[in-house]
Amino acid sequence: MKPTRTLFAEIENISRRNFVMGAAAGALVLAAGFPVKAEKPPKFAGDGMPNGLRDDPKLVLSIDGDGIVTFTCIRSDMGQGVRTGLALIIADELEADWAKIKVIQAEGDEVRYGNQDTDGSRSTRHHFMVMRRMGGAARDMLAAAAAAEWGVPASEVKAVNHEIVHEKSGRKLGYGALAKAAAALPAPAPESVKLKSPADFRYIGKGKTNLVDGFDITTGKAQYGIDTRLDGMVYAVVARTPVYGGTVKSYDAAATLKVPGVLKVVPIEGTPPPSEFMPVAGIAVVAKNTWAAIKGREALKIEWDAGPNASYSSDSYRTTLETAARKPGKVVRTQGDAEGALKKAAKRLDAEYYVPHLAQAPMEPPAAVVRIKDGKCEAWTCVQSPQAARDRLSKRLGITPENVKVNVTLLGGGFGRKSKPDYVVEAGLVSQAMDGLPVKLTWTREDDLQQGYLHTVSVERLEAGLDKSGKTVGWLHRSAAPTIGSIFVAGAKNELPFELGMGLVNTPFDIADAQFENPEADAHARIGWFRSVSNIPHAFAAQSFVAELAAAAGRDPKDYLLELIGPARKIDPYSIGDSWNHGEDPSLYPLDTGRLRGVIERAASEIGWGRSVAKGRGLGIAGHYSFVTYVAVAAEVEVGANGALSIPRVDIAVDCGPQVNPDRIRAQMEGAFIMGQGLTTLSAITFKNGAVEQSNFDGYEVTRIDAAPTDIRVHLVGGQDWNAPLGGVGEPGVPPVAPAICNAIFAATGKRIRSLPIGNQLKA
Amino acid sequence: MVQLIVNGKKLEVEADRDMPLLWLLRDELGLTGTKFGCGQALCGACTVHVNGSAVRSCQTSLGDADGATVTTIEGLSPDGNHPLQVAWRALNVPQCGYCQAGQIMQAAALLTETPDPSDDQINQVMSGNICRCGTYPRIRAAIKDAAKNIKSPGKGAAL
Repeated sequence: MKPTRTLFAEIENISRRNFVMGAAAGALVLAAGFPVKAEKPPKFAGDGMPNGLRDDPKLVLSIDGDGIVTFTCIRSDMGQGVRTGLALIIADELEADWAKIKVIQAEGDEVRYGNQDTDGSRSTRHHFMVMRRMGGAARDMLAAAAAAEWGVPASEVKAVNHEIVHEKSGRKLGYGALAKAAAALPAPAPESVKLKSPADFRYIGKGKTNLVDGFDITTGKAQYGIDTRLDGMVYAVVARTPVYGGTVKSYDAAATLKVPGVLKVVPIEGTPPPSEFMPVAGIAVVAKNTWAAIKGREALKIEWDAGPNASYSSDSYRTTLETAARKPGKVVRTQGDAEGALKKAAKRLDAEYYVPHLAQAPMEPPAAVVRIKDGKCEAWTCVQSPQAARDRLSKRLGITPENVKVNVTLLGGGFGRKSKPDYVVEAGLVSQAMDGLPVKLTWTREDDLQQGYLHTVSVERLEAGLDKSGKTVGWLHRSAAPTIGSIFVAGAKNELPFELGMGLVNTPFDIADAQFENPEADAHARIGWFRSVSNIPHAFAAQSFVAELAAAAGRDPKDYLLELIGPARKIDPYSIGDSWNHGEDPSLYPLDTGRLRGVIERAASEIGWGRSVAKGRGLGIAGHYSFVTYVAVAAEVEVGANGALSIPRVDIAVDCGPQVNPDRIRAQMEGAFIMGQGLTTLSAITFKNGAVEQSNFDGYEVTRIDAAPTDIRVHLVGGQDWNAPLGGVGEPGVPPVAPAICNAIFAATGKRIRSLPIGNQLKA
Repeated sequence: MVQLIVNGKKLEVEADRDMPLLWLLRDELGLTGTKFGCGQALCGACTVHVNGSAVRSCQTSLGDADGATVTTIEGLSPDGNHPLQVAWRALNVPQCGYCQAGQIMQAAALLTETPDPSDDQINQVMSGNICRCGTYPRIRAAIKDAAKNIKSPGKGAAL
């Protein structure tokens, strides 16, 4: 397969048909997840993202007379710790005192700052070298300023903890004293900057830097999108179509307008499917406070035209997907003769795995404040991609992008939901209808679960053959799931390369005869990114099925998994049909089965794989490669007499290459397990008559502290080579969780879970 | 007219007595440290102290709170150094941080009632507070460290 050509062609088509972009020198911007502009030859990593990278210290660093270093973070922090992580990289090369680092947040302006889209677990891996170079460049500018001041060669001075020192003469000048002179110098060429030897790192890899927002968060001062307050601000909530693609037939706001505090009712014209990142149809209620707006909304009488998705029901749609998965579909990777091998096999197994729709449900629901004044629009909001918000505001409000400013707050969780800025556009439309008054638009939890962009729903069908010795001799994987492409292109029915490349086509098993297919599936709801995306169903199915094959062969599931992965080797992702490869250069980022084996072996050894466990307990393991990182999860579960599941012990091994902030890597793995545990055991969004059936955290359950494992241990594997490319961290912890838990449940009880969530399947 | 003492300050407010305390705090008083998460007392993000007890402010009407003493995260400690806040920072508990004010307020009430809580007691009292980022293991550890520090001040929390 040719590098990325298919992907670029496909996405470029999507972009042309559905995006009116072009503000940035003709660049086509698809805000969340993959490069879009056809490039010859293809660009990779940060250079391949829309608007690329910037490598200019003057853009993101300033130092005041007191030596306080202000770093402008260009990526959104939604809990992954990027404000701390990028700051500590730049501070290290700057040889700065961490106590004197202040972090502020860049507004959405990709022409100025380069790509700001915070998703795909790529902020640190794309910016590690850039941050180092910019920190080093600023350090060299300070050194040059000091050398000039003293009249000595620059080679005689060096930076030591926020000072430039001239050892020969014993002279020292602090960064504050040098700031003005240094700022007047040109920044050195990036390639000329001498970077630190890793042995001299102060913060990178050390885990000694506390969170830059820790004090504000623990004292209630931290500002999220929902916390913005402006003079004269009014508050809004929206009653939206319960069915995707529905429209308002008629409405009666008489009772609403009588609710004390309600100011106005504003119809919002929806963008019909594919709705992309634009609002769906609804009626906004504007009031003096959020409570009055909510009460006013309750009093609204709306008659909806539900539209073409009115009959969408999860029960029947599951059958639709199962039917699709039982027939041949679009072949997305094939090698050898899978069907022939299956026919000849001594034993043939098949299984189908189901994962329902999921809602990201960040604890801060979508919210935005927008004001329009003197023809200029300004937003304050929690968005993963501020440029996407800016572009959509500009397009929908008819205000040029130069006159739209998007300020990025902290995000109270994102998980993919906040890469779609529909809520910001809603706030803009309401502000426009209120003569530009500042409007805070809040999504309630009901809105968040019922009208968001959901994780897809999927049936994965696996077939395999075993020979007489129990070895796997044929492999067929069919993945049927509505695609995220359906929010951009009407009638899109097949998974896009970035979805296929999330654990389907790049299945790393050493099987001669294998085929991967993607039958068509229609979307009837807004499908969007959810932390780790298509890896969730793909890994759940493949890693569960391997354990099923091991059981059928009478083999240890960990040994069997390692045998299927085969010997350590570096696979060119293009050679196995993965034209996406997370946007990374395949020569830098091959799929390294040795590293995958390494994390599986480590997790197994840490949990004491093979030890005997008490009755009702069992060990399970799964390993998965995603976001160019290798993660294995080994879990010990206990299933009580009444079917109650508990997870006393979890060992997670992660190999993400160099580890910039080990504490946050551990935190992301801990959190990924707990989120993964929730979708494994509890969470499902279901539809009936086109509408979501769950409304709040009683119907849509997520992991609570009483279910969280008593003991989660995270083991960082590898990472000693600072020249090695970095992997992602925010997402790759999620995919192996479901199969590890379900494999452990099988070991404990003999019951195989193939449908998520587990719910009460273990009862009776 | 509703009378309240909020973070030590006496207030008289003209407001709908049915309005939940949450919206008075956030929209009228600007105390945005108390968060909206579900509006149904299902997630705990809006937890504050009313007369010393942890309550969900999204389900506490102003009528019910009339005359009460209310403490929010902004008023938990004058300098932000309540032992729980210190322990939270020492262990880098927060990820996105949005639920953490509610978690800390709930934990503060727990430690007042139960100065040396077991894992089970922590799980029981804290299970109404959802953290979508999954910081629960560190929340447990931070509560225990804070409890130790309250018993033996100055010895510091283990990192």
